[in-house]
Amino acid sequence: MALKGKDFLGLYNVSADEINEILTTAEAMKEVFTRTVKKIPTLRGKTIVNLFYETSTRTRSSFDIAAKRLSADVISIAKDSSSVMKGESLIDTARTLEVMGVDVVVVRHSAPGAAEFLARKLKASVLNGGDGAHEHPTQALLDMYTIKERIGFFKGLKVVIVGDIMHSRVARSNIWGLTKLGAEVSVVGPATLIPRNIMDLGVKFYTDLDEALAGADVVMILRIQKERQAMGLFPSIREYRKFYCITEERLEKLKKDVLIMHPGPMNRGIEIESSVADSVNSVITEQVTNGVAIRMALLYLLAGRKKENEIIA
Amino acid sequence: MKLLLKKGKIFDPVNNLSGEYDILIENRVVSKISKNIMEKDSKDVEIYDLNGLYILPGLIDMHVHLREPGYEEKETIKTGCEAAAAGGFTTIACMPNTKPVADNPATVEYIKAKAEKALVNVVPVGSITKNGEGKELAEIGFLKEAGVRALSDDGNPVMNSEIMRRAMEYAASFMLPIISHCEDKNLSGDGVMNDGYYSTILGLKPIPTVAEEIMIARDILLAEYTGASLHIAHLSTERGLELVLDAKRRGINVSCEVTPHHLLFDDSYVTGYDPDTKVNPPLRDKRDVTALREGVKMGIVDVIATDHAPHTYEDKLGEYDYAAFGISGLETAVSSLYTELILKELFDFNDLVRLMGINPARILKLDYPGIRVGTRADLIVFDPGRNWKVEKETLKSKGKNTPLLGKELKGKVVLTFVKGKMVYNDLENKGVLIYE
Repeated sequence: MALKGKDFLGLYNVSADEINEILTTAEAMKEVFTRTVKKIPTLRGKTIVNLFYETSTRTRSSFDIAAKRLSADVISIAKDSSSVMKGESLIDTARTLEVMGVDVVVVRHSAPGAAEFLARKLKASVLNGGDGAHEHPTQALLDMYTIKERIGFFKGLKVVIVGDIMHSRVARSNIWGLTKLGAEVSVVGPATLIPRNIMDLGVKFYTDLDEALAGADVVMILRIQKERQAMGLFPSIREYRKFYCITEERLEKLKKDVLIMHPGPMNRGIEIESSVADSVNSVITEQVTNGVAIRMALLYLLAGRKKENEIIA
Repeated sequence: MKLLLKKGKIFDPVNNLSGEYDILIENRVVSKISKNIMEKDSKDVEIYDLNGLYILPGLIDMHVHLREPGYEEKETIKTGCEAAAAGGFTTIACMPNTKPVADNPATVEYIKAKAEKALVNVVPVGSITKNGEGKELAEIGFLKEAGVRALSDDGNPVMNSEIMRRAMEYAASFMLPIISHCEDKNLSGDGVMNDGYYSTILGLKPIPTVAEEIMIARDILLAEYTGASLHIAHLSTERGLELVLDAKRRGINVSCEVTPHHLLFDDSYVTGYDPDTKVNPPLRDKRDVTALREGVKMGIVDVIATDHAPHTYEDKLGEYDYAAFGISGLETAVSSLYTELILKELFDFNDLVRLMGINPARILKLDYPGIRVGTRADLIVFDPGRNWKVEKETLKSKGKNTPLLGKELKGKVVLTFVKGKMVYNDLENKGVLIYE
């Protein structure tokens, strides 16, 4: 099995079969973690570039480790450390990398569509590491992997996404992926942080947190950016905490085995209480571990593609 | 020198002329319109057989950005007029958001001097406020004397209602219409596309329809209060159209225009993040597009104008967020309207002449004699059978930024006459521009 296209840009255009295939591949990858030598030669001789136009520790190091465990050569370019700062355009940076013989470009960018733009212009495979408020497919896949590992199925599963849906690529990718696999997805947050047309994406929409959480199997908490308050989108952090923080008190009212997830980095005490983040229900650190497996699976599926007229040594 | 146009089918609602006629042009003046004019083919007479082709009065595009002075890399008065000639426009009104802004008589004189040598008639629009900043009134009286036919801060709204009120009062005494770019900047913010299903999917920052509608409502109220003549530029929403209809019923002096792109494309076209679909106001949803088409059909829409907004390749290269707003529209307007609306019987060529000739002439107070004996001929010939592909290489405008690139269109302007002189000839598919 291979992925349909040259690139992997989001879950909107990906079929349920493909998602399942990626999750299965990731399982095999995760097995590698248990070995004493956590490295396999699958992508030896392949070159992967992490092109990060937005600061990110988590996602970038996760891609880094994933590539290294597959024995690929990997370089990371962050916004501050390259010609990006000298005003070189996205397309020129990418072309420069391509003529150096790169096989996969992982791109993180604040502009929605940046990954798609690169994909159209490059012969190399493009893997979207998050583009603006559009998609963050590897995050959604690692979330789904974690749910699958813990619960085992998606059909009829009640997943509630809490917080700033408007600006969240994680929410969008999870909505596409989870609904394709049969989960019932709800979103909840201040009305000012939820797109007007959200229900057209096949989800339920709440502004009352407790109402939304009733019967939840999985609660996915999004990071609230403090600058949204300055933009006038909600009155204060204290009010946000009161109405939308997942507190221990709220957790106690939920199903005993409810999964608490967060893509990180967390604002402890704002969208999630520390005791919840560190509770037995929390799978937040597992998400990070699984992120490496998912990214290995995707790099393998993309870079492992047989190219036409490829010279096999 | 005589020109004889044989057997073209005329659509001229100005003179209630329709049907197959021959037109004789002598010394640039229409000297005869009749069923069968006999002239011997000679050195003195050039005869064009236009059997199967349509003849229309020259069209007016009342909303064009010529970019000169200041942004000559995007367009010049010369190239913009060439694009107009190729698109079937014999008169265009150019917006004042140049560098410097046309907020003073000297800049207007500069534009007029350049336009003198260009292929089509150019009508300058002056700015409402100094430097188009929305803060202080421009020297509207001087602008009028310099020859502007309307005032607009197009590209930006006049956010301050007090300034807009005073501008309307002042402009009314100089008999100048105000062309309003309706956008509440606080509501549109740094949005890049219509607020709706597609912005939700694409994660692009949304611009709500109310950002436009609130300002339409405000300007209508101000026009009613001041008695000014108000023209709403590039109206793009259903609700906006209802506001205009209501104002007209109340007898307020208001008119409105829509662009071909808002009639042709909805916001689903933004999928794929093609920066050529980025335009302000943004492409709206299907419901708005349907309402605008209905508005054209019912006559609520007075004018179709292109809002021709040429940009360089670099302005439109890369991330959607950073690309410039605007669509290059002069050369595709007539063909795309023919392909999508006239062939689908939403309206006909007589309506087209009303929307892109009679009504803009009325608003700008320009003579529009149509095709009439004794007048210098501004007319165009349209070949309904010519199918063509929109390609960068053949567009005359410097701005190749149109979502129609690569698309096939039906029907094409093949001859353009300005003041009795042929300025564009595409009968042989060569797109020849003719200077003296």
